[in-house]
Amino acid sequence: MNRPDPPDTTLTVAIVDDNLVRAAILEEGLHMAGIAQVSVLSGKTNLLRQLVALDPDVVIIDLEDPSRDVLEQMFQVSRVVARPVAMFVDRSDRAMIEAAVDAGVSAYIVDGLKRERVKPIVDMAISRFNAFSRLRGELEATRTELAERKVIDRAKGILMKNRGIGEEEAYALLRKTAMNQSRKLVEVARSLVTAASLLDGGEP
Amino acid sequence: MSEIVRAGFIPLLDAAPLIVAARLGFAEAEGLTLDLARETSWANIRDRVAIGHFDVAHMLAPIPVAAALGLLPLAAPMIAPFSFGLGGNAVTLSRPLWQALAAAGAGTGGAPAAVGAALAQVIAARLAAGQPQLTLAVVFPFSAHNYELRYWLAACGIEPDRDVRIVVVPPPFVVDALREGVVDGVCVGEPWNSLAVEAGVGVIAVTGAAIWRSGPEKVLGMRTDWAESHAETLAALLRALYHASLWCGAPQNRAELARLLAGPDLLDKPAPILEAALDGRQVIADVAAGEPHGPLLTFGGPAATFPWASHALWFYSQMVRWGHAGYRPDAVLAARRAYRPDLYRAALKPWDVDLPSANAKVEGALTAPTAVASTRGRLVLGPDGFFDGRIFDPDRIEEYLAGFADGPRGDS
Repeated sequence: MNRPDPPDTTLTVAIVDDNLVRAAILEEGLHMAGIAQVSVLSGKTNLLRQLVALDPDVVIIDLEDPSRDVLEQMFQVSRVVARPVAMFVDRSDRAMIEAAVDAGVSAYIVDGLKRERVKPIVDMAISRFNAFSRLRGELEATRTELAERKVIDRAKGILMKNRGIGEEEAYALLRKTAMNQSRKLVEVARSLVTAASLLDGGEP
Repeated sequence: MSEIVRAGFIPLLDAAPLIVAARLGFAEAEGLTLDLARETSWANIRDRVAIGHFDVAHMLAPIPVAAALGLLPLAAPMIAPFSFGLGGNAVTLSRPLWQALAAAGAGTGGAPAAVGAALAQVIAARLAAGQPQLTLAVVFPFSAHNYELRYWLAACGIEPDRDVRIVVVPPPFVVDALREGVVDGVCVGEPWNSLAVEAGVGVIAVTGAAIWRSGPEKVLGMRTDWAESHAETLAALLRALYHASLWCGAPQNRAELARLLAGPDLLDKPAPILEAALDGRQVIADVAAGEPHGPLLTFGGPAATFPWASHALWFYSQMVRWGHAGYRPDAVLAARRAYRPDLYRAALKPWDVDLPSANAKVEGALTAPTAVASTRGRLVLGPDGFFDGRIFDPDRIEEYLAGFADGPRGDS
């Protein structure tokens, strides 16, 4: 990790994200990048009022949050909003817009704010959102793997008990059946567990 | 081989023709696979069309006009060659506000003038009593909701930017916002009005279709360059949507349509509520057996799906009226060209559909269903126009704007 930059106390950043874990990851990243004032807001309860009270320079929002349309209203000068905002769009860099949308994040900035000051913040949001998706993907994969291992263990146990064979032999039998039927090992195991529980009179 | 068209939509009743085209074989019959993607905000719809994640989308009718005028963050010209239907939104007020209006003589018919007069009276009384301003919500700045609500308020003597506070509340939060008193009213598309009534937190006071009869609400929007480079695909898509829209409009299909739309990957709301909304059986003005109201949402046929240039121009006139756009002759032209009746005509040519002869009409000229000049001479349109009787002639926008007390305010 880089050494934290001296805190930039002049920028206030609001994060609108109902996923508190992801919001915390981004908040930490922004602190690391030297942004001192970061607030996490919820899109559900009167976001506009919270934003008007906070008066942030930059708003980072999850694209899955319907409240994105609330921010759109702030484009227009009105009595409700003191300082109009703009979507952070670097027209010279289409790839960046796509990267943001792909990552599932969008950014709004107060009109007149220099884009150079905001770009690192948006880059940070994109990379942290992506990191979060990767983490979630890995977690999902781990969960699936654990669940599959459990089913295979149960199937092995059923075979060992019913056929009086050892663990290795039970595993080999499952694998052979899967190969013969061109099915996944876990599918064969699942069928066996289901069938066994039906025969036992229990819920599959 | 079937061509894939990626289409974004917001889970609302008026996305029905797109959903039906994708799920009930209408797209397939035209050699297309419609790949639907449910979205959570109009800003996402706009951006994903602009950067090419979606080829086409279910879009608020003024968005392609705003894109043509360069009012959107990403510079991507868009067009609308098809309208999903007429009407579809309504103004739902919180129970406490409705009770105040009822006491002030809002009546039971949901008549815009009577309800508006009662609202003006309530607002004046609140001002005199030093009570806070009423907050009314729409779903997006460039929406039929915003412009119809403003039109109605102003015609009833309520200055939208002075006498009330207009904010944006996304539809999924509407019921909670009404319940918690965060807003006093919303102008939102179905089924959200029906859901607010069902939850006991709101009363449908006026329908969009009563404010602007035969007004459009959502259109099929796309990038201009996509339409140009996919002319055949677009024509096939328009034919599929046309036929899907006829299917949606047939009363005998409503139960099946409601069941389809209720699916967890689509609107994910109870089918009976959706069916009642499709039937036009919403409870209006808190009277279960009140006077029958016209359909809140109309699908099907050239009358409901033709992309009238006059619709685009009316939205432009309102953008100028409320300071969202400047008035310039070249902007008038750009707004007019955002709607593409020529593409609609070209696509439907092989089907011998009875199409209007004109591309624009004077909104408010038809006070009753009227046979109009058309390719086969059997097309009936109307009634159309605005509840206050004011006529919009798309060739005389400046004159039209000068007729409002609030006048044009664009930075021309």
